[in-house]
Amino acid sequence: MNNSEIQGQVEILTQCFHCGNDCIEDQFHYDERNFCCIGCQSVYTILSENQLCNYYSYNTNPGKTQDSKSTHYDYLDEPKIASSLLDYADENVSIITLYIPAIHCSSCLWLLEHLYKINASIINSRIDFLKKQVVITFKHKEFSLRELIRMLAAIGYEPVISLQDVVKEQNKLSDSDIIKKIAVAGFCFGNVMLLSFPEYFGMAAFEHQFKTFFGWLNLAFAIPVVFYSGRDYFISAWKNLRNKVLNLDFPLALGIAVMFIRSIYEIGSGTGAGFIDTLCGLVFFLLIGKWVQERTYHHLSFERDYRSYFPVAVTLISEGIEKPIPMDELKVGNRILIRNNEIIPADTILMKGDAVIDFSFVTGESAPVQKILGEIVYAGGRQINEAIELEVIKPVSQSYLTSLWNNEAFEGNKRKIDTFSDTISRYFSIVLLIIAFGSAAFWMFDDRAKAWQSLTAVLIIACPCALALSSPFTLSAVLSIFDKNKFYLKNTAVVEQMAKINTLVFDKTGTITAPEGFRISFEGNLSHEEQCMISSLARNSGHPLSRELVKWMKINEYFTVSYYQEIPGKGIEGLVNNKMVKIGSASFINIRSEKKDTGTIYIQIGDHYAGYFSFRQCWRQGLKELFTKLGNKLNMHLLSGDQDSEREFLLPAFPWEDQMHFNQSPQDKLNYIYALQQKNNKVMMLGDGLNDAGALKQSDLGIAVTDNINNFSPGCDAILDGAGFEKLPNFIQQAKDAMKVIYISFGISTLYNTVGLYFAMQGSLSPLYAAILMPLSTITIISFTSTATHLFARKNKLT
Amino acid sequence: MNILYFLIGCSVFLALLFLLAFFWAMKNGQNEDTYTPAVRILFDDELPNENKK
Repeated sequence: MNNSEIQGQVEILTQCFHCGNDCIEDQFHYDERNFCCIGCQSVYTILSENQLCNYYSYNTNPGKTQDSKSTHYDYLDEPKIASSLLDYADENVSIITLYIPAIHCSSCLWLLEHLYKINASIINSRIDFLKKQVVITFKHKEFSLRELIRMLAAIGYEPVISLQDVVKEQNKLSDSDIIKKIAVAGFCFGNVMLLSFPEYFGMAAFEHQFKTFFGWLNLAFAIPVVFYSGRDYFISAWKNLRNKVLNLDFPLALGIAVMFIRSIYEIGSGTGAGFIDTLCGLVFFLLIGKWVQERTYHHLSFERDYRSYFPVAVTLISEGIEKPIPMDELKVGNRILIRNNEIIPADTILMKGDAVIDFSFVTGESAPVQKILGEIVYAGGRQINEAIELEVIKPVSQSYLTSLWNNEAFEGNKRKIDTFSDTISRYFSIVLLIIAFGSAAFWMFDDRAKAWQSLTAVLIIACPCALALSSPFTLSAVLSIFDKNKFYLKNTAVVEQMAKINTLVFDKTGTITAPEGFRISFEGNLSHEEQCMISSLARNSGHPLSRELVKWMKINEYFTVSYYQEIPGKGIEGLVNNKMVKIGSASFINIRSEKKDTGTIYIQIGDHYAGYFSFRQCWRQGLKELFTKLGNKLNMHLLSGDQDSEREFLLPAFPWEDQMHFNQSPQDKLNYIYALQQKNNKVMMLGDGLNDAGALKQSDLGIAVTDNINNFSPGCDAILDGAGFEKLPNFIQQAKDAMKVIYISFGISTLYNTVGLYFAMQGSLSPLYAAILMPLSTITIISFTSTATHLFARKNKLT
Repeated sequence: MNILYFLIGCSVFLALLFLLAFFWAMKNGQNEDTYTPAVRILFDDELPNENKK
């Protein structure tokens, strides 16, 4: 190689001061600091001008890479749209809650709570870190909402403002009601225990005046426990009785009621101390079990649909005037303007402009698609070229993509998850009633009083407290184990559902492919010099394929490039080493290609065509082993929206060829799942994009696979972080083991019940036995379930 | 022993006060965000040396 020809440059890689990405020294240099891009540099500039550089002191490289997205916020000036977003507004100040996914460290917290330093019109800003929300109070006369959002975007914290309001949806979820009930029950339980102890330890004769007093006081404490804390059990039992279902709440409600009535009778007639302590303890423990079961993730949403992906407003063109309108006012026939990086909200026809649409979110395919005038452009794509004009042909809610959600088939098809405790309780209640009335009938002829005593005693002692707690505590232990392994379930019932799965359906792109990294291959011949020329040109471009190419070529010598030009959606060109080099699509190079594959880029150097690079996505790590492991036990299927060019690459890892289907539309995927279910399969679907949303919803267990849990994920039962993907077989095994734990603890609680029943049927149950047996069985179950679940987790390598 | 009536009255009254305090805290939103305040309290008003790395 001739050094006089190649102006080799040695480049030092360093870290971006803002985001920590690798960057080239001195490319973006400011204030003696290096930045990877102009975006990061400008954030630093704003912060340093406002004396906010403490941001960089709390963490090193706290920022996130700034991709140069320019979003228009004009619609925020429309009073109608703005008022729907604000929490509160009066003449001077407005309050807004914003969801900012970029919040991730203490620096973010510090910066966003010091916004008033950037603009004095911001009165106050407060973060809820786990929910990734910030509440901002500002003077809207001096500083409009649009300016506020623009400022946030400028410092790298762009809020997500979408049609389905994430903020309001999250605030709806509140467990304060059940906590209040637990507090009341706990308060009463503690006081009642205190007042019951003298009775258990025996009282001296002169203390008997207190006995009645304590009894009535206990009764007073029982009233809020039964009628406030325990109210839901009666309501639920009554509702289920009317639907002719016996659920676990029925014996619970019966137990509570019988305890309360018998206590009133005993205390009123002065014949005994009653079961108030057992009653309060029972309700208290039951509510804790319920609370544990209902625990959810505040920072994740499982109910999102297309509306949280679509913006709130769109620019309407009427009589040549651009005007932002709320999305729900968009009508068929309207002409809309979609700028660079905006999302197309409805099915439309391209009327004007050069459309290059990125459907990566909808289909998972990363390469953008070019559209010609008059062609139909489906909703969900993102325009990545200049502004285009489109005419709406279908309302937002009825587009190719969104109609899946509004499919009426879903309405009547709400899957009822039949849990183990549902099944058990049906038999449990019947057996309980038979035993109770049986023992009453037995005593009836001898001793009327004993008959009544044994009837109530059976109902009290058999109250399935331990049984009601075994599922919640086991399942919530599983939930927190999965949580540590980056697998987030919507609720505890999903674990039971997972244990029953026998069929697995995978989506291809985005689900089994790695988020970054391509297998790149080159067809043709290139000299080293030519390789350097291509690398030099490609490193100027920010396009993902160009970046991958530069990374793959690993060339450290560069030529200077002049007349550089990037034509979005087509390719790049520039004068390198006195030769015109073009990299891009087939039409850009002006050659004919039989391959209609978007993962191919062609090279032209000077006047001659030099060959092409083809980009294939990589599979996730350990995919083959994963498929082999899973395939041993489960039926495996694979559905892809892409063409079948990847079929041969997939076959070595996925040998079930006739269960692999390509060219599947979102509706096809849904139908496929439905067909599997008709054959009595329990289907678990793993998908990522909006195109899988219908299938995820239809399946018995829909898992959204994502590489950043703060990104949008379609409605699903569980969210799996890409990092935990390899552990899928372990998760399924753990779910199955959890069911074993539930079965065993059911056995244990039945054992306790039998011991209690032995006393109860003889009519000789003293309140003391009940007061000991109930908490003892509860504590046994709680400690057994959590220990056993964690032992199984260790066995399944999930710790 | 009649003092017991008074003492029990006192203890129940005190316990009720705590229960009300808990309700007040719930209503006030003190339990809504249990993470952020723990981080917030660690910030200094102004770090002494901004350029320290």
